Amino acid sequence: MDTQVLLSYLPRYLQAFCLTVQIGAIGILIAFFLGMVAAFVLHFQLPILSGIFRFYIELFRNTPLLVQLFFIYFGLPRIGIMIPAQACGALGLGLLGGSYMAESFRSGLDAVSIGQSEAALALGMTNRQLFGFVIFPEAFALSIPSIVANVIFLFKETSVFSAISLMDLMFTAKDLIGLYYDTTEALFLLVIFYVIMILPVSLIGHLIEKKTHDRIFGA
Amino acid sequence: MGFDVLLKGTNLLRLLTGLWVALRISLISVLISMALGVVLGCLMTLDKPFIRIVSKGYLELIRIMPQMVLLFLVYFGTTRALGINISAELSSIIVFSLWGTAEMADLVRGALRSIPRIQYESSYSLGMTLSQTYRYIIIPQIIRRMLPLSINLVTRMIKTTSLVMMIGIVEVLKVGQQIIEANRKSSPNAAFGVFATIFLLYFLACWPISLLSKSLEKKWDSSNG
Repeated sequence: MDTQVLLSYLPRYLQAFCLTVQIGAIGILIAFFLGMVAAFVLHFQLPILSGIFRFYIELFRNTPLLVQLFFIYFGLPRIGIMIPAQACGALGLGLLGGSYMAESFRSGLDAVSIGQSEAALALGMTNRQLFGFVIFPEAFALSIPSIVANVIFLFKETSVFSAISLMDLMFTAKDLIGLYYDTTEALFLLVIFYVIMILPVSLIGHLIEKKTHDRIFGA
Repeated sequence: MGFDVLLKGTNLLRLLTGLWVALRISLISVLISMALGVVLGCLMTLDKPFIRIVSKGYLELIRIMPQMVLLFLVYFGTTRALGINISAELSSIIVFSLWGTAEMADLVRGALRSIPRIQYESSYSLGMTLSQTYRYIIIPQIIRRMLPLSINLVTRMIKTTSLVMMIGIVEVLKVGQQIIEANRKSSPNAAFGVFATIFLLYFLACWPISLLSKSLEKKWDSSNG
């Protein structure tokens, strides 16, 4: 492995890294809110809306991100909906992630035992207080492990962005291999940068998981 | 809208053939990783430090890397580093088997760990032999816990195989692109129709499997109490 080559590649990788993290983070935020809305709609069984969200969840959970991105980026412009590549990446990731997050939140909401809400109602809490102070915090804590798993999964999925010509890590690696044939160096940096991206997420995720679990259920 | 292009010539058939290429890769990988995953998962429950460290390292290493990076490593990396030439299809099978084995092993380990000791002890005290214990007590419970999750893994693998397009395998997305390029003049809106169809095809491939997994989970969950 040639250190000189590694150093000369570094700036391009750093740039790609920032872009990947940026779009990934925006996508995950979208996923988070979308998932929460979808979970509430399904939990309270709002008419019509819950049908729409159920359809959305099934559709996006059962198709690959690559296909979704191709459809959004290459398909939609043909019927007049033009979205720039970066927004496309964030939107695609957000839609995919939303369907996964919805399932996480929903299973958390469903897992809160009925005794909790009965106890809260017996204490004279209103419905809003019941939801805000009892059900929601507990459901959130219950769904944290699967939210963490989803965030890691979504960060891994960002590797697909290169397919819609975003200059992400994958794109950079492929580009450099094609230009200079320094395959070993290009792939080495690719692996290193993905580890830098995903390892902290995984570690912090486990920490949050432990913290919330201790706080709510006692250490 | 561009759906008409699918009815021209053998275009729809070509798309389906492309889908089969991806599905075949995932099915082969599923079979390999189920078999290897069960073995590795059982090994991981043994309390041997060496096995534990190696298997844990393997699991974390594989699971932290995006599958696309693994594909690049095997397809481009081995050629460079070891000087051997692996075809795109073989390298994708290798990658998905490596990944699937890691996921499967974790499921098996989790299921084995979830059976409390007392189950073994009770069946021994009832006079069952080791093989009877496994045959009648342990394995049925493990299958109930594992089967829905492993079926879920199958859909994940089918979805992930869409990535093989990126290392040059002509599967459904690539065929779609070819159809769009070939009909650029006659139907400029083909991109919408073709990609919408591929979207639907993947959904139709994965959805029934997801439903099966969900219904099994529900059925066995309620019967367990």
